[in-house]
Amino acid sequence: MPGVLSVMTGEDLGERLGPLPIRHDIEGLQSPPRYVLARDVTRHVGDALAVVVAETEAQATDALDTITVSYDPLPAVTDLVTAADPSAPRVHAHLATNVSFSKTTRAGDPDREFKNAAVVRSQRLVSQRLVPTAIEPRCVVAEYDRGYEKLTVTTSTQVPHLVRALLGHILQLPEHRVRVVAPEVGGGFGAKLNFYPEEPLLAYLSRELARPVKWTETRTEAFVATTHGRDSICDLEVAADATGRLLAIRATLYQDLGAYLQLSSPHIVSGTAAMITGCYAVEHLDVTLKGVFTNKTTTDAYRGAGRPEATYIIERAMDLIAHAVEADPVEVRRRNFVPVSSFPHTTATGLQYDSGDYAGALDKLLVNADYQKLRSQQTEARQSGRLFGIGLACYVEMCGFGPSAMMAAGGWESCEVEVRRTGKVIVRTGLKPTGQGEETAFAQMVADGLGVDLDDVDVVHGDTDIVGEGVGTFGSRGMVVGGSALARCVDIIREKACRIAGHLLEASASDIVFAEGRLYPRGAPALARPFQEIAEAALVASQLPASIEPGLFAVHYYEPTGLTFPFGAHLAVVEVDEDTGAVTLRRYVAVDDCGTMINPMLVEGQVHGGIAQGVGQALFEHGVYDENGQLVTGSLMDYAVPRARAFPRFELDHTVTPTPVNPLGAKGVGEAGTIGSTPAVVNAVMDALRPRGIEHLDMPLTPERVWRALHPVTP
Amino acid sequence: MSIVTLRINGVERSDDVEPRMLLVQYLREVAGLTGTHVGCETSICGACTILVDGRAVKSCTQFAVQVNGRSVTTIEGLAADGELDPLQEAFWNEHGLQCGFCTPGMILTAHQLLETHADPDETTIRHAIDGNLCRCTGYHNIVRAIQTAAAQR
Repeated sequence: MPGVLSVMTGEDLGERLGPLPIRHDIEGLQSPPRYVLARDVTRHVGDALAVVVAETEAQATDALDTITVSYDPLPAVTDLVTAADPSAPRVHAHLATNVSFSKTTRAGDPDREFKNAAVVRSQRLVSQRLVPTAIEPRCVVAEYDRGYEKLTVTTSTQVPHLVRALLGHILQLPEHRVRVVAPEVGGGFGAKLNFYPEEPLLAYLSRELARPVKWTETRTEAFVATTHGRDSICDLEVAADATGRLLAIRATLYQDLGAYLQLSSPHIVSGTAAMITGCYAVEHLDVTLKGVFTNKTTTDAYRGAGRPEATYIIERAMDLIAHAVEADPVEVRRRNFVPVSSFPHTTATGLQYDSGDYAGALDKLLVNADYQKLRSQQTEARQSGRLFGIGLACYVEMCGFGPSAMMAAGGWESCEVEVRRTGKVIVRTGLKPTGQGEETAFAQMVADGLGVDLDDVDVVHGDTDIVGEGVGTFGSRGMVVGGSALARCVDIIREKACRIAGHLLEASASDIVFAEGRLYPRGAPALARPFQEIAEAALVASQLPASIEPGLFAVHYYEPTGLTFPFGAHLAVVEVDEDTGAVTLRRYVAVDDCGTMINPMLVEGQVHGGIAQGVGQALFEHGVYDENGQLVTGSLMDYAVPRARAFPRFELDHTVTPTPVNPLGAKGVGEAGTIGSTPAVVNAVMDALRPRGIEHLDMPLTPERVWRALHPVTP
Repeated sequence: MSIVTLRINGVERSDDVEPRMLLVQYLREVAGLTGTHVGCETSICGACTILVDGRAVKSCTQFAVQVNGRSVTTIEGLAADGELDPLQEAFWNEHGLQCGFCTPGMILTAHQLLETHADPDETTIRHAIDGNLCRCTGYHNIVRAIQTAAAQR
């Protein structure tokens, strides 16, 4: 066909491209290989089986139309609980069951607590499948230069260095001859925290064809071939005393993995299990988790990655307990908070919470929301038959990933800072922000520490030739880990600047004051030299002693000493239209504590976006499959990413409880908004529906779902 | 192939294109103006929004040949003589963008709104940008940016 350069299937690739080199360090894990193009069996809609390369997109599209695939249908399994059963059709024929892994965590004596408890409640809680939907779909350009024997892959990713390492591995190329460039990336949210088949496939094709090769995902492809989020079920039982004190938790967590494991797929549900106690001092638990294969798109990290699920579980539980003991949901939470005096607090699941003041955040929230007035408004509204609901969520989450001992490929972050002789500064960070704003926040930190102008600092990221080593952006680690690396670099440069100034000004380094961009011996400010002159002296070097190496730069790879635990309290006010089931979000009030805030505007931006995504899960979004494995919500016409009209202004406030875990005191905030908002909104809707005797409804709380609950059909 | 002749950001050009070429593809790949983005193929996301004869249009849902003889404004054409448009300034100052992918389309939609409403209230703004999805900002600062720009105009 005109312009077609190559057509390949999985069989054609044969042994030339092995399976994706993704491994997980989980005992007993069943992890079937995944090839770049499926061979013999395709296991989900979106499991690519052939590739066409042509000179133009139009020619490639025309060529695709001429391919007919003859499928022998195999039985599919799409229901999560069914798939976990040993008798279910197997997604991977060579495995005994679809259960990839299973783990049980026990603490204390839950059986005794359940036996003696005044209140026991059970509830199945579903965190439905979501489609992350970054507005920029994925795209890859691969160029193999035969002269330099060098591969350059440009890809929309959150983890360029990881992609580089895995490309080198699967293509058997030396890693120092692989360059990955991730320029401006249009949103990630965890869906671009991965190594996707298209990356090595295009690299391979480029090498074979000696031509640059490009692929851009259509939105329809994104829906089925970019990882999905959530999709877990929790069968929960909680035991409490008559005052609402939570005594014990029993939970079975099922995680729908989809058909294959990708980078973090098995770790999502273990995050849920680890955070299931939330803000509360509960000591007795029995939590079993199971990861299960189904014939659907792979699930992996999506904003919160396991912690939204945990918070949804525990915060719905707190409301269920509050209703059971007929207490205010606020008071029940207060009764159960881990007190400030307990920190650092080791949870029953084995996590060490760094610092926290859950009551402090809640108190501030209640003042900002004018909680008593809201309850009065609710009473009035109920008198006139309106369905007015107030919902609360107190959350704590784990982030700032993380100590390398618990990470698959390093949890540190790199930073290099160089000062030019003109006093301008360049920062190279191994992070890969996609709009979070480190370009501004890091420039602020340098301006603050070295006394230079904000505009004289450039922050560079995303090119592995320029930033030689790094880990990337995910898990709310940017400021926490990347910023801590930068802070150390600034300190190193300050220290050297003082040594150089000391030498030039004939004082000891420890007597040099470095403030507001000027350096001078203590008590002699008239001798002050601007920072730029020190930088110039460092590089011109004519007056440096032998003991001071020329240059003014720093490199630091910061290794986190622990995870960090931001927390907060969110409140949603909703009204439900009884005739249509439509939920209107009237007010949204939040108090978040991410420790030290370097740039409050950027922090709030993260909370805004996080809240929007969490509300999306609560009210609008659902990745739905039919029993044949067809993704029914396969485009933006059916998958309801929320629009501007869905939201009121968000009323944000903060408390500041620094973490002792890093020098900045920063806890991270990228995912916190999403974690607090989903349960706050669900609790609000359920509160609105209480007068109608509806105990629980699953998300998303679409008009149809709410309407059906309000208007049950009696046969 | 068909000839399409139009003004883009004040500059006239003429190209021979396949009739099936979408306007957004034409702008990005033929005219080299990659500020207009593609976020979907079902006309929902709005990342491709441009102005055709001053009216906001989703360029993914037009063929290039449909704008023959018309005047098109893309995001690249908003700043005049190196001075940012008030909307661009406002989006910057109010942190109305994070990843920036929806931003060109969002700004051009807002541009049309402000041409017809000098001082739109919150509800009007949210309704106007109903056809532009943003996944990063929760729309909060986008609405503020549009209000700020309205006040500046």
